[in-house]
Amino acid sequence: MRSVINRKTLALPYVIFMILFVIFPLIVILYYGFTNGSGHLSFANFAAFFGSRRTVGTLLYSVVIAVITTLVCLLIAYPTAYILAKGAFCRKHGFLMVFVMPMWINFTLRITALKEILSLVEGNLAMHPFFNTIFCMVYDFLPFMIMPLFNSLTKLDKSYIEASADLGATFPQTLRKVILPLSVPGIVSGVTMVFLPAMTNYVVLDMVYNSTYIMGSLIGSYFSSYDWNNGAVISAILLMLIGLFTLMTGRLAAEKGGGRR
Amino acid sequence: MRRHPLQKTWILLVLAFLYVPILILAFYSFTDSSIIGSVRGFSFKNYKTLFTEDALRSMMTGTILLALGVSALSTVLGTMGAIGAFYSKKGIRNAIELANEVPVANADVVTGFSVCILLIVVFKVDKATFIPLVIGQTVLCTPFVYLSVLPRLKGMDNALYEAALDLGCKPGQALWKVVIPQIMPGIVSGFMTAITLSLDDYFITTYTKPATFDTISTYVVNATRGAQTSIKTALWALSTIIFLIVVAAVVFMNVKAGGAKNEKR
Repeated sequence: MRSVINRKTLALPYVIFMILFVIFPLIVILYYGFTNGSGHLSFANFAAFFGSRRTVGTLLYSVVIAVITTLVCLLIAYPTAYILAKGAFCRKHGFLMVFVMPMWINFTLRITALKEILSLVEGNLAMHPFFNTIFCMVYDFLPFMIMPLFNSLTKLDKSYIEASADLGATFPQTLRKVILPLSVPGIVSGVTMVFLPAMTNYVVLDMVYNSTYIMGSLIGSYFSSYDWNNGAVISAILLMLIGLFTLMTGRLAAEKGGGRR
Repeated sequence: MRRHPLQKTWILLVLAFLYVPILILAFYSFTDSSIIGSVRGFSFKNYKTLFTEDALRSMMTGTILLALGVSALSTVLGTMGAIGAFYSKKGIRNAIELANEVPVANADVVTGFSVCILLIVVFKVDKATFIPLVIGQTVLCTPFVYLSVLPRLKGMDNALYEAALDLGCKPGQALWKVVIPQIMPGIVSGFMTAITLSLDDYFITTYTKPATFDTISTYVVNATRGAQTSIKTALWALSTIIFLIVVAAVVFMNVKAGGAKNEKR
């Protein structure tokens, strides 16, 4: 039976699409990053990035924002996910949905809501740029941390926890030696889903009138001034960071977390 | 320890953090007040503005049409890709999976910017054609369709496909009548994921959209940089409507899931 369309060739449109619009753009980004305006090979863009106090400062500031946002999310999400998966609410199936639901409401509208409340409490939002940024980012990304943690904790066999208690471990000991190590995949996928957006989601800063820059805002401002080469440099640096991050976490993560930034 | 009051307090606090802003905004969307904190009269004027103001109406229909179009395209591409990759050699399949991870792991800013450079700067595609926007969002959504279809293929009983062939089906028929129905739940959830991603996207849209076109995200962000008060408060109404739709969808899904569970018993 001759047939041109067999099962394997079904992938062809997707493969072509991926090469054209996922692989090609990456190559173009690298090309623009490593050339100057007239198309000659040059490392000047990178040298300029790492030579300027403003841009290096932006990189460090983004890392600080991202680390703090991720830690705060983790500190809030871990107990929440634990209580939902193994604690007082473990029999209430579907209750997790209530914590995941904000993911489906447009994030700009949610930040608008939070911003109105913050302006009521603080008066002038520009007075506390750092606090407001962290607060809004945690608000935005918390569901993305709760979900993978819940998925990981809910798979954890409760008899391990009970066995640990029976053998005389206190709860903090069980937490440190049994629960935490077994939930590492969840932690890893939660961190992946929060850390990177927190480094790049500059709209949150814009919306709360924070005039400082993170890595994403640099791309935004180069985009508005049609400076493709410098924009590509920032993208290339972010790509390398993402690559590094994926390599590091890929080893830790045995499972793929559900959900999405 | 199961009935620990501390645990309930914690859960309540987290819920308050997540929902108090949305609920306060929802409350004020039904008043004629333009600032949170000062209660005036009850009014539907925000809802009226939302559905009568041309800019708001075209922004909402534009967002919905874009999301539906992009999701349909992503679902077809991603499903075909998953089926094809599933039956391909291991090397090819791994290459596809690797490329598939790129938009998933990448920051949306970088995805949007790179698609913009390729299509608008290098190939000089006119933004006004919507082609860069649709392609950009499809790049974002398709990998998630792929990821939700693939587990269904892995869990599928392959003997059914072989049986269909033995009973005289052409491969195309067998695929359409045997494989597709089995992976349908994955296709549907991939489509839903694509819809929510497209509706929530800001970065890819900003970098690839036509100058005069706005989705909810880009519109709201522009509005925070100084919009008329009536527009600003109309967005509170929009936020409330979306919240109610999401709540209704979640309740519906839970009821359906509960029903399915009871049927099994």
